[in-house]
Amino acid sequence: MSKHSTPNINGKGNNHVYTLQERFFRSHFWHSLKVDLVAQICFLVFILYVFMAIFAPLIAPFDPYDPVSIDIMNSELPPSWSEGGESDFWLGTDNQGRDLWSTILYGTRVSLMIGIGAVLLQAFIGICVGLIAGYKGGRLDSLLMRIADVQLSFSTLMVAIIVLAVFQASFGTELYQELAMVMLILVIGIAEWPQYARTVRASVLAEKEKEYVDAARVIGLSNTRIMFRHILPNTLSPILVISTVQVANAIISEAALSFLGLGMPISEPSLGSLISSGFEYIFSGAWWITMIPGAVLVILVLVMNLLGDWLRDVLNPKLYKD
Amino acid sequence: MNDKVNTPILEIKNLHKRFSISGDFFDQLQFKDGKIRRHREYVHATNGVSLDVMQGESLCLVGESGCGKSTVARLVMGLEHPTEGSIHYRGTRIDTLKANRQIMPYRKKMQMIFQNPYASLNPRMTINDTLTEPVNIHNPDWDNIQIQEKVQEVMLSVGIDPSWGKRFPHEFSGGQRQRISIARALAVDPEFIVADEPISALDVSIQAQVLNLMMDAQKERGLTYLFITHDLSVVEHFGSRVAVMYLGTLCEVSSSQQLFDQPRHPYTQALLSAIPKLTDNRSSHIKLSGEVPTPVNLPTGCVFHGRCPHANSRCKAEVPELISIEGAQVACHAIEEGRL
Amino acid sequence: MPLLQVKNLEVSFALRNGSVKALQDINFSVERGDRIGIVGESGAGKSVLGFSILNLISRPGSITNGEVLFEGRNLANLPAEELRNIRGNRISMIFQDPMMTLNPVLTIGTQMIECLKAHRQITDENARKIAIQKLQQVYIPSPETRLDQYPHELSGGMRQRIVIAISLLMDPEIIIADEPTTALDVTIQAEIMELILELCERNDVALIMITHDLGVISQITKQLFVMYAGRIIEQGPTKEIINDAQHPYTQGLINALPQMTVRGERLQQIRGSMPSLNDSLTGCAFNPRCDHAEDICTETLPSYTASGGCKVACHLVEKMKNQEVLS
Repeated sequence: MSKHSTPNINGKGNNHVYTLQERFFRSHFWHSLKVDLVAQICFLVFILYVFMAIFAPLIAPFDPYDPVSIDIMNSELPPSWSEGGESDFWLGTDNQGRDLWSTILYGTRVSLMIGIGAVLLQAFIGICVGLIAGYKGGRLDSLLMRIADVQLSFSTLMVAIIVLAVFQASFGTELYQELAMVMLILVIGIAEWPQYARTVRASVLAEKEKEYVDAARVIGLSNTRIMFRHILPNTLSPILVISTVQVANAIISEAALSFLGLGMPISEPSLGSLISSGFEYIFSGAWWITMIPGAVLVILVLVMNLLGDWLRDVLNPKLYKD
Repeated sequence: MNDKVNTPILEIKNLHKRFSISGDFFDQLQFKDGKIRRHREYVHATNGVSLDVMQGESLCLVGESGCGKSTVARLVMGLEHPTEGSIHYRGTRIDTLKANRQIMPYRKKMQMIFQNPYASLNPRMTINDTLTEPVNIHNPDWDNIQIQEKVQEVMLSVGIDPSWGKRFPHEFSGGQRQRISIARALAVDPEFIVADEPISALDVSIQAQVLNLMMDAQKERGLTYLFITHDLSVVEHFGSRVAVMYLGTLCEVSSSQQLFDQPRHPYTQALLSAIPKLTDNRSSHIKLSGEVPTPVNLPTGCVFHGRCPHANSRCKAEVPELISIEGAQVACHAIEEGRL
Repeated sequence: MPLLQVKNLEVSFALRNGSVKALQDINFSVERGDRIGIVGESGAGKSVLGFSILNLISRPGSITNGEVLFEGRNLANLPAEELRNIRGNRISMIFQDPMMTLNPVLTIGTQMIECLKAHRQITDENARKIAIQKLQQVYIPSPETRLDQYPHELSGGMRQRIVIAISLLMDPEIIIADEPTTALDVTIQAEIMELILELCERNDVALIMITHDLGVISQITKQLFVMYAGRIIEQGPTKEIINDAQHPYTQGLINALPQMTVRGERLQQIRGSMPSLNDSLTGCAFNPRCDHAEDICTETLPSYTASGGCKVACHLVEKMKNQEVLS
């Protein structure tokens, strides 16, 4: 008699435990990326941007922050392929004679740093507030959410303009220019945290009703541990989705503020301040100073938004069952 | 063993729980007859439930959906706080404990098994993490090896291969998840377990596996169960005593043998007759007229009077108390008066 | 010609790594006024079968083989227009959750009248009359007022009655009921089952009852089909199967019911759980859980063996029978 020796209690039929790497390559996430060409392109472009930003000092032929390397005589040179261009500056130069390509590389770095920094701050405040409001409920929830509503009713740009203008006026332009990046991260971060708080609170309210939370309470875990160890990991999907979109938003906000003259100083330009600095010259024929950084910015934001949309589809638990 | 059976491990006295369904303060304001009034509505989930659970028994709490049986389970486990009444565990009142330090000893002694095996395990935690957590928190002085030994022991005792510990819940079937859920409850070596419909989400062939597992665990570990279910046919095997609930009140409490041989309360009789039997001929069941009233506006008197074939005017006016008849406790005027 | 005939039906689901077969070799026929039961646990494919009869399988699933003949027409490749004329009209369906049929933002009356007007040339007034008459048939008190109520104002049992009334609106030939009482309490379940039975008998409607509950099915169906892992493993008259099941799975399923065991004793269980569709099992799909399994069970797929009035897909039916006789 050859009875089946393996008990096979498990429906999946084998005892193989997947490593983290195998898990990733078998995941729904990886599979969705493999079949979606747009997502792949977006991912590649985004990685290219990040690469450019991180290695800007190595890639850039000139250092735009170093006044010694800048020659004002080179100002407003067109890109190398058009008439009058020089082969040293393939995207041309800006009004101060800086190599545009190097400036864009450094500008992307600044823009991404502000965008990601602001979003990290937003996420930190928003997740804490959202978790506490959703988990504790009651009066505290109402209070925190009303504060969030008030915060949301001021538009980000309005808050930023007031805060930055007042700061600039009271502490002087010099100090402002030194602290510009920190200020931008703080202002954009604080103005937009309710987005996170609302999203997190909504998913905490849904997760809180699930039995695993009751189970954790019955075990005797503290509220802090339940919130951060049990509920938070289950709200990560929506957090990830809004994060991509929020980074794009923060970059746009920064660009807008810089364009209005309240952002990064022209000596340390972000993409926004580059666009702004070239704007005066656009009618005198020097279109590249505005248009090229503009295109770089638009593509970055577009790619991030597309990635956000794609992530939302992939991580929507209603659409798939693993 | 016999004298042990006679000491109550858990005493529930006159338990009331109301849930407000009127939202927050501003939702409660109503404009009526030219005046603004605060209007509040409540769901009366339990209404004066008194019940003792004896050491070593499995007490089944049976009732249809919305009768408040799960609320009793949650109140006992301290997941909700009673509006009125008290809960004593081995003589100590536990429903008023607030500080975590005071509650912890009872968390170790009382555990819970949940209804839905797909929701009761954290989807982002491996099985090993899920099981390590309770052992870790209740045995702070144990080292890692001791903890892992304990985890392996409970996994083996519920028939889950310890080598599967690195897996996530979604890799398991419903029956296996319920085993893991039971393992989590057993991991702290409790003496009392509340099981809230632990098999109703499972397939028939798996239900038997899980019930057997729970019965084996009871024999080996000398557990006491409070078993919440809507399925009377399970009770016949699992419960030593049965309490039948309807709309937040107890109708009948008796030993399961007595209940199945001789159901007394009209509601119990209807409930028993409605179980679909394989061999039975159809339409022998007692038809109840009307609908189950909502627990928001409870009927006066006996909550069952609107659907009861034996109801009279006294039933509509006066709430029946549980009275003892031949070892069973029944709350029914008709039985008390000898009409039934 | 039978009213409905399912021939060699196969339904597949296309997944990212190949396709899996949710149903294979399904054959049965339904006559006018028949009551058949399809029983199986979750994952057995019983609900897929219910949906595929009406060709309601949506992507990534599709009917990949076989025919569903309704009055001789194959529903599996009928144009959408003609299918709509059959769905809800000639064959209607009752789901487990009444809210799958009822739209929460429309009144009961609107939904019933709309349904009637979609299939028939009829005035609002006449439609309302028919709706009231159908509600009376399912014993809904004061049907006129119910017509103006929304689904959320009614209890679960009442909603399921209304769904049954809607399924009867067009006087269908066949009703497919997919776990119609699973979401209801026992006392309500008994009432609903009795109602379905009464209506089918009175209106000469054929009933295809899909459920996991042997108790429910044994009381109202004449023919029983037991499904396991996408196949019918045993079929025959309900009474015969309940009293003397041949397939080890059916036996296990019946014995696992608490009422089959002496009070207070350990329940009889089937070990393991149903294989998932992804598993590549050769031979009989039940072999890993079967106490009687032999070499042949892991090697070849069993064909149907006639046993009394039943057909059983098991290699060992004869053998087990002989052993029974011997002992």
